[in-house]
Amino acid sequence: MAQVFAYLVHNDGVLDDSAMELVVAAKAVGDDVTAIVTGSGIDAVADDAAKIFPKVIKIDDAGLAYPNAEVVRKALINVIPAGSVVLFTNNTFAMDCAPGLSIKMDAAYVSDIISLEVDGTTLKTVRQEFGGEVNTHVNVDASNGAVIALRPGTFAADESKSAGGSVEAAAAGDISAKRTFIEIVEPEAGDVDITKADLLVSIGRGIEDEDNIEIAHELAEALGAGAEVSCSRPIVDAKWLEPSRQVGTSGCTVKPKVYMACGISGSFQHLGGIKGGFMIAINKNENAPIFQVADVGIVADILEFLPELTEAVNDL
Amino acid sequence: MEILVCVKRVPDSAENEIEMNAEGNDIERDDLVFSVNEWDNYAVEEAIQIVDNVGGTVTVVTVGDDESDEVLRREMAMGAAKGILLTDDAFEGSDCKGVATILKGCVDKGNYDLIFTGAQADEGAGAVGGMLAAMMDYPYASLVNKIEAGDGKLTIGREIEGGNQEMNEIDLPCVLSIQTGINEPRYVGIRGIRQVSGVEIPELGAADLGLDAAAVGEAGAKVKKVDYFVPESGDGAEMLEGSNDQIIEKLIEILKANGGLQ
Ligand SMILES: Cc1cc2nc3c(=O)[nH]c(=O)nc-3n(C[C@H](O)[C@H](O)[C@H](O)COP(=O)(O)OP(=O)(O)OC[C@H]3O[C@@H](n4cnc5c(N)ncnc54)[C@H](O)[C@@H]3O)c2cc1C
Repeated sequence: MAQVFAYLVHNDGVLDDSAMELVVAAKAVGDDVTAIVTGSGIDAVADDAAKIFPKVIKIDDAGLAYPNAEVVRKALINVIPAGSVVLFTNNTFAMDCAPGLSIKMDAAYVSDIISLEVDGTTLKTVRQEFGGEVNTHVNVDASNGAVIALRPGTFAADESKSAGGSVEAAAAGDISAKRTFIEIVEPEAGDVDITKADLLVSIGRGIEDEDNIEIAHELAEALGAGAEVSCSRPIVDAKWLEPSRQVGTSGCTVKPKVYMACGISGSFQHLGGIKGGFMIAINKNENAPIFQVADVGIVADILEFLPELTEAVNDL
Repeated sequence: MEILVCVKRVPDSAENEIEMNAEGNDIERDDLVFSVNEWDNYAVEEAIQIVDNVGGTVTVVTVGDDESDEVLRREMAMGAAKGILLTDDAFEGSDCKGVATILKGCVDKGNYDLIFTGAQADEGAGAVGGMLAAMMDYPYASLVNKIEAGDGKLTIGREIEGGNQEMNEIDLPCVLSIQTGINEPRYVGIRGIRQVSGVEIPELGAADLGLDAAAVGEAGAKVKKVDYFVPESGDGAEMLEGSNDQIIEKLIEILKANGGLQ
């Protein structure tokens, strides 16, 4: 296989943990493996990357201080040879940068894969569809290179940090762009802090109607002071609950003692916000992907089941 | 502002329980209910609101077949002025790049300042908008959840991890992929759809778009879906069974044991 590159992300001068997974993925694709870090004043990040990767290319330029996808793409095109395989960890930056990069490289692109094997110049991947209810085998013709975004957790990370790699500086080249970064706006704090709750009654699209949200509040109230109502994204999109109650990659990260997923299918963006605790899933579809990750599952209609549970708890 | 919104007809996952077919290589497609991709409604709503404010036209386009006509009409009932159906046997089996290539053919024939796609559709690839932008050499931003129209530019917000919003300035013309929650898409009733049922929707094929048939469809695809399968579920959850009373009794024990109930 051709040369393999991994684009590494970092925040506030700290290399993201995904680097330790990307190195394993890169080595599964080919023998000639290089990490690329971009930014401004990134010596420490590049040195950290060299503990994980045998070779690191550092593109240090004031114009790269913020990873504006268009600017990063131009810098990458300037250093990556045609025909290479480029790996990203699948996140909002990859969604922004990787599809366009594949066009400029005239290479194949596949996003959000959960398994990767090499067969000659074909990359055999697995992707999920319909929120994980079914998977697909997807073959990628990498004969002219490929850009791949891996879902975190696809490969077990190599945490040894024993690569002892070398760092080479490269010039950014022309990185003028028609898009300019202004600032990051942080979310407004809500009335409740779901990250502090011991128990979350979390509702998803299965709640069906704004008026039904009351039954979740009633259950949380019955369960006591440590219990709060949280939700999946469609509930916030519909403006039925405030954004501060959303659990997931684009919402809050929570670690309650008990997480009750009620009418939530179990998409990876939702699960990405749950970092531990005992999970109870209640869903009317026995094949819902949430049952693959929950500790305890109940096949039931939440609109009937939750009020019954509330009544039983109140009777204790 | 001339705005083109790219939309897709997809199986409606809220209406369907996805199951495998008898051969075990594809999902059962016979009884699927289809609708417009959830993200696209937000894109069309945003386009309509921009045009309401600054003037212009909203055009919706889809790459599809005869049945895709219905999603175009639904979006026209929302308020899009025009619809375009890109359809050709040669388009069948296109990967994301193929779809972006077909859409580029349509963009080249128009004079659009702004092009929207949904942030992703049923396959969760989220690739077509970024590819189309790179092919056009237009700037691109994904996961857009705020747009303010300016002079020759837009100020846009992108949704990034943890609910943070990345603000950018972007030159026109550009391509944006629109994230859910950016607005509240208006309701479309049967009557609205009836009102646009007679509007003519032009159909364009590979030749009309000046496309090389080998660059699109199965022939041009470097990314090929081989089959569908049901993932092995690992250990999975311990399922509580019995009457509701029995389940609730067990559940209360479990809540107590795990600190969820004092
Ligand atoms: C960039 C990006 C970021 C995202 N970030 C997040 C995020 O932070 N958090 C998040 O949650 N999502 C996020 N999403 C959306 C995510 O992909 C899913 O669309 C979403 O999580 C689905 O929510 P859900 O499970 O409530 O709805 P669905 O997937 O529609 O599932 C509803 C479930 O309810 C069940 N159900 C229906 N009725 C009943 C009933 N009466 N009783 C019991 N069960 C019932 C159904 O069987 C189904 O399993 C993001 C998406 C993108 C593209």
